[in-house]
Amino acid sequence: MMALLHKEFLLAWRGRARVAASLTFAAATLLMFSFSAGADGRLLQRLAPGFLWLAILLASTLTLQASFDAETQDGALDGLILSASAASIFYAKALTNWLFLAALGFVLLPLIAALFDAQLGALDRLMSVLLLGTAGLAAPGTLYAALAGRSRAAGLMLPLLYFPLVIPALVSSVKASELAFFGDPMNQWGGWMSLLLAFCLIFWSLCGALSTAILEDG
Amino acid sequence: MTRQRVAAAFALVGLGLLSWGSYLGLWVAPPDRYMGDVQRIMYVHVPTAWLALVVFTLAFVYALLFLIRRTWRWDALHEATLEIGVLYTALLCIQGALWGKPTWGVYWAWDPRLTTVAVMLLSFAGILSLRHFLDDPLRRASWSATATILASANVPVVYYSVRWWNSLHQLQSTPKTVNSAMVEPLRINAFGLLALTIALIMIRSWIAEARRRRDLAPPLPEIEA
Repeated sequence: MMALLHKEFLLAWRGRARVAASLTFAAATLLMFSFSAGADGRLLQRLAPGFLWLAILLASTLTLQASFDAETQDGALDGLILSASAASIFYAKALTNWLFLAALGFVLLPLIAALFDAQLGALDRLMSVLLLGTAGLAAPGTLYAALAGRSRAAGLMLPLLYFPLVIPALVSSVKASELAFFGDPMNQWGGWMSLLLAFCLIFWSLCGALSTAILEDG
Repeated sequence: MTRQRVAAAFALVGLGLLSWGSYLGLWVAPPDRYMGDVQRIMYVHVPTAWLALVVFTLAFVYALLFLIRRTWRWDALHEATLEIGVLYTALLCIQGALWGKPTWGVYWAWDPRLTTVAVMLLSFAGILSLRHFLDDPLRRASWSATATILASANVPVVYYSVRWWNSLHQLQSTPKTVNSAMVEPLRINAFGLLALTIALIMIRSWIAEARRRRDLAPPLPEIEA
């Protein structure tokens, strides 16, 4: 497991250019969202938490897909599966993707604050939403990337399967971020975070259990 | 020929019950006090909703059985239930929109049950197209079974998160709160659709079986001209 993690981090480090590209992609989507919503400053400010999560979600389809590129070439996965269990390969990749997406979210925060004039109210709360929310995206996203990468029309398959699945994670992340941005008079933040935590627990365990069927068959 | 006869019998019984129930629903049952004749769409809408849930539950069970037992029969049934479930949820959304416009004033509302059905439709339609994009039968069977299990596990989570997010749909009525002239066509239609669904699942799974045989069969030798 540690060797696998080391391999993933090494891969991520060698693909630094990709990191810069996905960050640029996320920033570009933020600009597009603001152009689609119009120049109303108050409206943009109110939509900022949703835009943050949409930018992370859209950028994640690219990075998740990229995480299996090295494996699908030359049948490298077949060799890997001989020396490590499917679950450990899955968890190493999911963990790397999680860290990457969380980092992407942290970098986007100041950008959001500047672009939409959003006060980063409770920063500790925002940080924990970002950590938990990106964890919710990473587990099902990694499993579906493993599957989509080896099917025809890979770029189409991943969002088609992954978007409907992460709707609960997206809803609760956006709600919790809104409460962190604009204050939480009704004290609902903890509730949304528990929902997000439940989603993460369900899908981190379920995807790990099902990874054998995806990585070993065919 | 016997299994074809069984399927045909189920289909005939189903169609017969559906026409009888719809006749009762359209002409015999009284109109609703508040909604008027619009309410009559419930005689197909409610059975469609029930059967869509039954069919997706079956899809989950067949997916699980395939992953445990590794028999092609479960894969064929899984494919059949996926496709019929997607068809039913699509019909359900259309019927709901037709009813919602005159009653709620809008075709669509972000109600938990509506939204959950829409998410189910999207998830399972995605799995259907995944099956189309995988050529290897083993990959197709085992990967789509995995996706079905994930999508099914997600249904209650989606329901609770959307319910918390927003709400408007009617509370369920029970036979006790509804006039018996309204309950009868509903029951008849539900059993009719159940019989028709059984026939459809049987026939669709034979088609899936036959397609897989064709995919796995060795190519025919070329005939020299």
